[in-house]
Amino acid sequence: MTERATPAALFAAFLSIALSGFGGVLPFARRMLVDRRGWMTADDFNETLSLCQSLPGPNIVNMSIVVGSRAAGWRGSLAAFAGLVGAPVLIVIALGALYSRFGGVAQARHALLGLGAAAAGLVVATAARMAEPLLRSRPIIAAPFIAAAFVAVAALGLPLPYVLLALAPISIGAAWWWRRRQRRRT
Amino acid sequence: MKTSDTLLALALQFAGLSLVAFGGANAVIPEIHRQAVDVHHWMTDREFAALFAIAQAAPGPNFLVSTLVGWKAAGLAGALTATAAMCAPSCLLTYWVAKAWDRYRETEWRAAVGGGLAPVTVGFVFSSAFVLVRAADADWRLALVTAASAGVVFFTKLNPLWCLGAAALLGVTGLL
Repeated sequence: MTERATPAALFAAFLSIALSGFGGVLPFARRMLVDRRGWMTADDFNETLSLCQSLPGPNIVNMSIVVGSRAAGWRGSLAAFAGLVGAPVLIVIALGALYSRFGGVAQARHALLGLGAAAAGLVVATAARMAEPLLRSRPIIAAPFIAAAFVAVAALGLPLPYVLLALAPISIGAAWWWRRRQRRRT
Repeated sequence: MKTSDTLLALALQFAGLSLVAFGGANAVIPEIHRQAVDVHHWMTDREFAALFAIAQAAPGPNFLVSTLVGWKAAGLAGALTATAAMCAPSCLLTYWVAKAWDRYRETEWRAAVGGGLAPVTVGFVFSSAFVLVRAADADWRLALVTAASAGVVFFTKLNPLWCLGAAALLGVTGLL
């Protein structure tokens, strides 16, 4: 069923994406935008996602901006963004308030210790999942930059923006060289 | 520190991070942590780990940790300031770039930029994992929880919320 992508419809769609997505909103976004609302094709979705991934900011937030803008200009972007972000911000502030009220209680403190340890594990897994396809497809140009960024930030404690400014040009150059070499081979 | 000074510090810090947060807040956790704990002393290492965990357990995009850092530093005004600063620059950039993007759909440089940023971003996410593991894992039992949750999320399609829930339950029952 397709419904016209008005700002109000965009707000509602992204609100529902935000609230259904625990720990990973993208599958829910695909289902909502492609299958249920029919606002974009599966190819459009992948193409838009690759754009959103190469820009700073959470992918899904960028997605709300792009989808909103294509459907209804800056009003669409604003509506989609507000739908995506409003409720989660309120919820997390409420949780933070609960934490400051009850964070000293022994049971809450222990629950949070466990929660923190598991949440750290999620990030380990996310990093590994992101690294896997890169290391499979182009290990010799990916591995050195993964390692260099990790050592600079984690081991040496250098400020991240400077590390990015220093590494990105070399890494982009390497990716450029790699693509040309691949093409010459085929 | 006066509240207005804190709000200004939050706005500057997160607005700057917004433009380098490729893949979202997970890539800039080490810098948020350094500023919040080491530079401004808004919270301890342990509190940072707890706030990060709360942000992960809440629904929605992964910038919510910045909302909570702002909240901890300066209350509601801090939360809104940090959230707006974390979102506005990258959203405006996306808005403008999206309009130009279609013109350059199949160009070489676009693919090279994407391909070149990816490994650096992955290195940053590993750094985030390192910072969080160090903050959260005070003893071997907690380290075991981290390893188990990483393994489950990496090797299965189980919703990560099950890991968070199970770990919180282990904590409540006094096993951690």
